[in-house]
Amino acid sequence: MDFSIFGYQFMQNAILSAFLGGIACATIGVFVVLMHMPFIGVCMSHAAFAGALLGLWLGFDPLVGAFGVSLLSAAIIGPLADRGDLSPETSIGVIFSLMLGLAFLFMGLMPGTKSGALELLWGSILTNTRGDIMLLGIVCVVVVALVFLFYKEIQATIFNRDMALAVGISASFFLYGILFLTGATITASLRSIGGLLIFSLILNPAAAAYQLTYNMKKMFLLSAAFGVLSGWVGLLFSYLFNAPSGATIVVTSSVIFLIATIFSPKRKVKGWQSETLSEKQP
Amino acid sequence: MDKELIVIENAVVSYREDIALRGVSLKVARGEFVGVIGPNGAGKTTLLTVVNGLGKLLEGRVRVLGNYLTRGNGHSLRKKVGYVPQVENIDPRMPICVREVVMIGRYGILGLFKRPGKSDYELADEALGLVGMSHLAQRPIGHLSGGELQRVSIARALVQQPELFLLDEPTASLDWKAQSDILELVKMIHDTRGLTTLFVTHDLSCLPVACDRVVLMKEGIIWGEGSPAELLTDENLSRLYDMPISVVRKRRREAITAE
Repeated sequence: MDFSIFGYQFMQNAILSAFLGGIACATIGVFVVLMHMPFIGVCMSHAAFAGALLGLWLGFDPLVGAFGVSLLSAAIIGPLADRGDLSPETSIGVIFSLMLGLAFLFMGLMPGTKSGALELLWGSILTNTRGDIMLLGIVCVVVVALVFLFYKEIQATIFNRDMALAVGISASFFLYGILFLTGATITASLRSIGGLLIFSLILNPAAAAYQLTYNMKKMFLLSAAFGVLSGWVGLLFSYLFNAPSGATIVVTSSVIFLIATIFSPKRKVKGWQSETLSEKQP
Repeated sequence: MDKELIVIENAVVSYREDIALRGVSLKVARGEFVGVIGPNGAGKTTLLTVVNGLGKLLEGRVRVLGNYLTRGNGHSLRKKVGYVPQVENIDPRMPICVREVVMIGRYGILGLFKRPGKSDYELADEALGLVGMSHLAQRPIGHLSGGELQRVSIARALVQQPELFLLDEPTASLDWKAQSDILELVKMIHDTRGLTTLFVTHDLSCLPVACDRVVLMKEGIIWGEGSPAELLTDENLSRLYDMPISVVRKRRREAITAE
């Protein structure tokens, strides 16, 4: 098998992008899974997509539009979810449908060819530039550094927001911070993975890690490892089968999730749960 | 030093169309053990949230630990208030162990950028020992029973080293043995740590026998307050629960004789 392709600059850029994007997306995924808000990734990726299309239509940088609109959606979802006016799922659903509508509206209004828009929808990690990698690198470092710096507050907030508030932690501030980071990560990964597929790269690695450990720190590490593995194995399959890279990355992450679920120790009866019945007889 | 640790003056709280507290005033002295009893929807939980600054006042004001609660000082005051909420269901796969949940009680006090040290972990282990949960310290939190969860919640409140101890239906949905154990534990902690305790329950049988004072609540107002002996009469309780208390006793007798 000829692996000389990995010597090319574009492939090295893709490998580096998969590493950085995998870590950032999978780290965000831990928040999404543990806070039971899986659709927040879908909603914000569509918000970023709509914002990018707005940029393409009006002629400014699509990434600026993606970042602005995803933050706007976070600013709407955050207070709605935090105050309990609506359930988080309802508020996310409403914003999701709005963003999807806006995305199609902007695409319809856009004059000329739609190839730029479709590229953002499907993603194209193989065409990533040094600038894209730089952006992914910055977001990845910021996400990891913030998790490291505020681990105890984040742990308390994602375990139980009311409990975090009751012990004097500014849980609302951290909730908004998590939504902000989600928007930033999705925006930075939009061009590589695509608005349609990025949700899977956020959810699947974290959901796989969730099956394997009762330790939150290990869950962050496992999730990041699965995110990177999805990117690298997906790239390899993309090359081997001449398939779209975004799709192979997402399929790989789904397969990792399935394997983790099958071999999950959480599905087995633990020692502390399987004390012999005879000991428990009255 | 303030003699009164809690002073609630004419508190009005509303959740959308429903008024939860209708001009409630209450004072709790340092070291007192006050039991708040009333039917569901009486405003008991809201009363606790007003004290720890999580409830939003429409009218009135609240002084806790010598400070009037404002929008800005809630977080710092809550660090000194141990709050034990009602038992909630926890995802059995949640990746966090009992000891880590207890440590969350230290996080507010530690503040940003500070990692818990050896003394913080010692406090957590001591609190786990006090509530009889040391042997389950490394167990995933979602694998505990209701009574065990409530003990963890009490340990988490204790590691805050609070001056004020607020308990919201800590015995709800527990079996009789667990209820009795929790009541004894709460009273022992109140006495040994010299705390000021506000204990809320809807179930008369779960009111700690050693309450210094009892507050009766119904429909967002305080119906009466005083010593348990003078307040917990058949007449008062019948009015509070809209049911002759003799009926409750009769039903209990019937249940016993039916066994």
